[in-house]
Amino acid sequence: MSNGVPGNDPVRVTYRDAVREGIRQALNDDPRVFIMGEDVGLYGGCYAVTKGLLAEFGPDRVRDTPLSESTFVGAGIGAALGGMRPIVEIMTVNFSLLAMDQIVNTAATLRHMSGGQFSIPLVIRMATGAGRQLAAQHSHSLEGWYAHIPGIRVLTPATLEDARGMLATAIEDPDPVLIFEHSGLYNMEGELPSDAGPVDIDRAVVRREGADVTLITYGGSLGKTLDAAEQLARAEIHSEVVDLRSLRPLDDATIMQSVARTHRAVVVDEGWRSGSVSAEISARIMEQVFYDLDSPVARICTEEVPIPYAQHLEQAALPQTEKIVALVQAMVASHG
Amino acid sequence: MADYRMPSLGADMDDGTLLRWLVNPGDAVRRGDVVAVVETTKGAIDVEIFQDGVIDTLVVEPGSKVPVGAVLATLEPSGEEEAPTASVGSGPEPALHQPDSGPAIDSSVQNLEHRGARRRKVSPAARKRALELGVPLDELPGTGPDGAVTLADVESAVTVSSPGSGDAMRQTIASAMTRSKREIPHYYLDTEMHFEPAMEWLASQNAERSVTERLLYVVLLVKGIATALRDYPELNGHRRQGRFVAAERIHVGVAIALRGGGLVAPAIRNADRMDLDSLMQALRDLVQRARSGGLRGSEVADPTITLTSLGDLSVDRVYPVIYPPQVAIVGFGTPVLRPWVLGERVVPRRVIHGSLAADHRVSDGHRGGLFLRQVDRLLQEPENL
Amino acid sequence: MTTADTLLDGAPSEHVMELLRGMIRIRRFEEKCAELYSATKIRGFLHLYIGEEAIAVGVMAALSPADAVVATYREHGHALARGVAMDTIMAEMYGKQEGCSRGRGGSMHLFDAATRFYGGHAIVAGGLPVAVGLALADAMQKRPLVTACFFGEGAAAEGEFHESLNLATLWSLPVVFLCENNLYAMGTALTRSESQVDIHLKAGSYGLRSEQVDGMDVVAVENAARGAVERARMGEGPQFLELRTYRFRAHSMFDPELYRDKAEVESWKSRGPIATLKTRLEQAGYLSDDDLVAMDSQVDEEIARAVAFAEAGTWEPISDLGRDVYTPRSQS
Repeated sequence: MSNGVPGNDPVRVTYRDAVREGIRQALNDDPRVFIMGEDVGLYGGCYAVTKGLLAEFGPDRVRDTPLSESTFVGAGIGAALGGMRPIVEIMTVNFSLLAMDQIVNTAATLRHMSGGQFSIPLVIRMATGAGRQLAAQHSHSLEGWYAHIPGIRVLTPATLEDARGMLATAIEDPDPVLIFEHSGLYNMEGELPSDAGPVDIDRAVVRREGADVTLITYGGSLGKTLDAAEQLARAEIHSEVVDLRSLRPLDDATIMQSVARTHRAVVVDEGWRSGSVSAEISARIMEQVFYDLDSPVARICTEEVPIPYAQHLEQAALPQTEKIVALVQAMVASHG
Repeated sequence: MADYRMPSLGADMDDGTLLRWLVNPGDAVRRGDVVAVVETTKGAIDVEIFQDGVIDTLVVEPGSKVPVGAVLATLEPSGEEEAPTASVGSGPEPALHQPDSGPAIDSSVQNLEHRGARRRKVSPAARKRALELGVPLDELPGTGPDGAVTLADVESAVTVSSPGSGDAMRQTIASAMTRSKREIPHYYLDTEMHFEPAMEWLASQNAERSVTERLLYVVLLVKGIATALRDYPELNGHRRQGRFVAAERIHVGVAIALRGGGLVAPAIRNADRMDLDSLMQALRDLVQRARSGGLRGSEVADPTITLTSLGDLSVDRVYPVIYPPQVAIVGFGTPVLRPWVLGERVVPRRVIHGSLAADHRVSDGHRGGLFLRQVDRLLQEPENL
Repeated sequence: MTTADTLLDGAPSEHVMELLRGMIRIRRFEEKCAELYSATKIRGFLHLYIGEEAIAVGVMAALSPADAVVATYREHGHALARGVAMDTIMAEMYGKQEGCSRGRGGSMHLFDAATRFYGGHAIVAGGLPVAVGLALADAMQKRPLVTACFFGEGAAAEGEFHESLNLATLWSLPVVFLCENNLYAMGTALTRSESQVDIHLKAGSYGLRSEQVDGMDVVAVENAARGAVERARMGEGPQFLELRTYRFRAHSMFDPELYRDKAEVESWKSRGPIATLKTRLEQAGYLSDDDLVAMDSQVDEEIARAVAFAEAGTWEPISDLGRDVYTPRSQS
C-alpha cells in the first residue's frame, strides 16, 4: 500500500500508478521478487512506472541493467531457475526483438525440453503500441507474434484493475508471462480500490453487453471500441464488447458464446492484419461458430505500413472509433 | 558372418554412393577403422566399421548408390574378445502420428467456382435457420450486404407479419410438406376415444367461469398429449443430419388456420408443466398473435411435436403430415355423438378420433399405439390433467 | 603450467585414475552413440565430444554437488561427468520416456534437476545469459555456489557472449565461463571468424580474470578449474578459462569435413587426452595393463546396461503430447 492504510476505498490513480503499485506490492510481499531492466532504477523507468522504487527497495532489488536485452532477459530466466521471481522490464516491444532468442528459444521451451523438470516463473513487462508519434521503431504492436508461441502466456491489461491485478497473478504463475502495457494507457486515470489484488488471467471479459454485434478487442484498443459501442447505441445498434485480456491462451468460450448470440463479429486489433491475433480469432470463429454467423467476420487493424511519424498519418494508420462505427453500421445496416 | 551396412549419417540421408573401399577381402579390421568412403549430399565422408573381424566379401561395387541399411560387405567377426554389447534389436518403432492429409485438390475446382458465382448469398446462420423452419431460400429476398439472405430475412418469412404474405406462407408450407412426404416414412394409427367424461367435466368447469375464462377442450388434448409424451421420448424431438435427437422439454405446436389461408403451428412451451388455465391463456395468446401477425420466429421453430385439431369442421378423422424436423404429429377430428358400448348396453355418447402420424425411422407402431392409448386413458380422467 | 607429474607428486593416484576412467567412459559411450546413430537408433543431430573429454572431466572434478552447470548441444560428456545417470542419457538419445528429459530433448537437450544440470542449449551463446541469471539468484540468496557455463569459441562471435561477460563482471557474479576452443565453429575456423583469435584476451577486456589452459590435459584443466571455482565462490567475481582443445570427429555425424586437413586432425589426435594420460601414468608406474582391462570392461558393462535400458524403454503415448508446455496448476 502506498499509504500503508489497507482498505477498499477507491483511490484515484493512473494506469502507471496501478502497475507501480502491483510491482511494489510484489516486492513487499515476496523477498524472491526483484525487478531489472534499462533505466528502471535511478531514471525511474522510461515510462516512469518504477519511479521511487529504487529508493524504497535498494539497488539489489531494483536493478539497472546495461543495454543488453538478450542477456538481462536470459538472466531473468536463470534467476527464475535459481529460485527467484524476477520481473524484467523491456522498454518497448520493439526492443524485445533483441531478446527474442531468450524468450522464444529458452523461456518458452525449457520446461518442455527438460521433460517437465524446470519451470520458469518469470514476468516480462514491456510497453507496446502507437499513438505518441514515436515512429517506426518504438510504436509497433508485436504482441501477436508472442501469442504464437506455446510455453509462454501473453497478457494485455486494458484497465486499471488488470494493470495492477495481472501483475500479481503473473508473479504467482509458474511459467513465463509476458505483459504488454499499451503506452497510450499509462496516463489513463480512474478509480481503483486501494486493496485491489490479483485477477484471473485465463478469461476474456464482456465489458459491455449487446445483442447485435460482438466487438472483440484488447489492450489499447478497448477504449476506442467502447466509445464506438456507445455511439452505435445511439443509433440503436447494440454492441457486445469482449476484452480478450489474454492473447495466449485465448478464451474461446467467451468469444464464441458472444458471437453465437449476436451472429456478427468484428475484431479490433492494433497489430497489422496479416498473420495477426485478429486473423487467429477470425479463423477460430469460422471453425467453431460458422453456422451462427449472419455476416462475414470483419477486422479493423493497423494499416500495413511501418508507423509513420507525422501525426495525421500515424492516426490514419491506426484503428479509430470512427472506423469501427462505420464498419458496424454497414454490417448491421440492413436490419437497423 | 556379420553384415556391414550403409550407415545412416544424418536424419536427411536416405542413401549414399560407395566411392571406394579402403579395405580388401581378407583384411583384418578393428572397431572404429575407416573402411570406405561414401558420397552423400554433403560430400564424401569416411565411414567406419563398428566391429572387429576379417573382411570376407565386398558386396557393393564402387560407384553404386545404395539405400541406408543396405549390406555393403560381410565380415567374419573375431571371436576372441566379445565385448558385453547389449543386443540392439529392432525395437518397436514409435507409432508416428500421421497428420491427416489435406483434401485432395479437385480437378473440378473451376467448375465449383463457376457454380459458386451463381449461388445465392445466404449467411450461415440464415441457412441453418431456414433448414430448421423449412423456409425455401431460392426466392427469399435478401436484405444483407450484396443482397445476402440474413437471419432476419428468414425469420421474417415465417413471422407472417403481414396479410400480404400469403404467397410466402404457401411456399413455406409447400416446401415443408413436400420435404416431409418425400423424406419421412410415415405410419398412421387411429383410435376412437370415449370423450363424454371430458366434455361433461369441461361443462361443469365452464359453468362457473366467465366467458373469457372458459376452457376449450383443445387444452385437454394438449395437456393429455404433453403428459403422455413423457413416457414416449421417441415421439418428442427432431431428426437432424440423419439422427434423432430427443427433446429435453415438451413444446406442443398447435396448428392454427389463418383467415387469409394457410396455417402456422406455434409452440406452447413446456406444455406438460402447465395447468389448464395457463394452457388456455397461452393458446388464446398464440391464436390472437398468429392471426394478427405477431408471432416470433422462435415460436414457430420450437415445437417438439404438433397437434392438429379439426374440431370445428365435422370431420371424423385426420391423417396429418409430420412437420419436419419433428417426428410425430397428433390429429383429432370432431367430437360426435355415436353409439357406444358400455358394459352390455349401447348408449349414445360423445366420442372423438385421435390419430398419430409418426416417423418410422425413429419409432414403431407398437410404441405409437401405446402412446395413443395413454392419451386416451388420461382423457378419461380430465380432473387429473 | 601445472602438469600431471607435479600433481602426481602430491595427489592420490586413485584420483587421477578416476579422471582417466571418466574420460574413457565418455569416449566409449560416444563411440557407441555413433554406432547406434548409424543403425538409426539415435536420430536428430548427434554432436560428439571425442577428443575434448579432459575438459568436462577436469572441470566437474572441481565443482561441488550443489553448484550449477549450463552446457551446450555437445554435452554428453558434461552430463556423464556431472553424474547424470548413463542409462537415462542413452534412453533420452533413443527418445524414450525413461530418458533424462522424457524423450522431449534428445542428444542436444539433456537436463537433470538432481545434479543441477541446466541443460544442453542448442542456440550458440544462448546458455550464457541463463548462467548469469543462475549466479545472480545464488548471489541474491547469499548461497556460496557457482555456476559453470560451457560454450564453444563460436559463441565469442555472438552478442550474448559480450553482454553476459559484461553483466557478470559488472555485478560481480559467481560464474565460471568455460570456453571450449576447438578451433572450429562447425565448419568455420577461428581465424576465418575472429579478429582476435586469443579468446581469453578478448574476454579479459571486460575486466574479469581470464586465462588460457591446455584443454587436452585433464590434470591441468582440473587445477585451473579449481582455482577459478574457488575464486568465484569467494566472491572474486566471474572467471574465464579458455580451454584449447580439438574435436577428433566431425561436427556432427553428417559432415564430410571439407574445412580441415586430415593431417591436422592426426596431429591433434597424437595429443589425445586419454592416450597421453595413459602413457604418463604407465610411465610413472601407476597404471598396469590389468588396470586398463578392468577399467575397460567396467565401462563396457555400464554402456551395455545403458543400451539395454534404452532398448527396453517405452514410447510416451501420443495422448501425452501436450504435457510440459505449461506447469500444471497443482505444481505451481
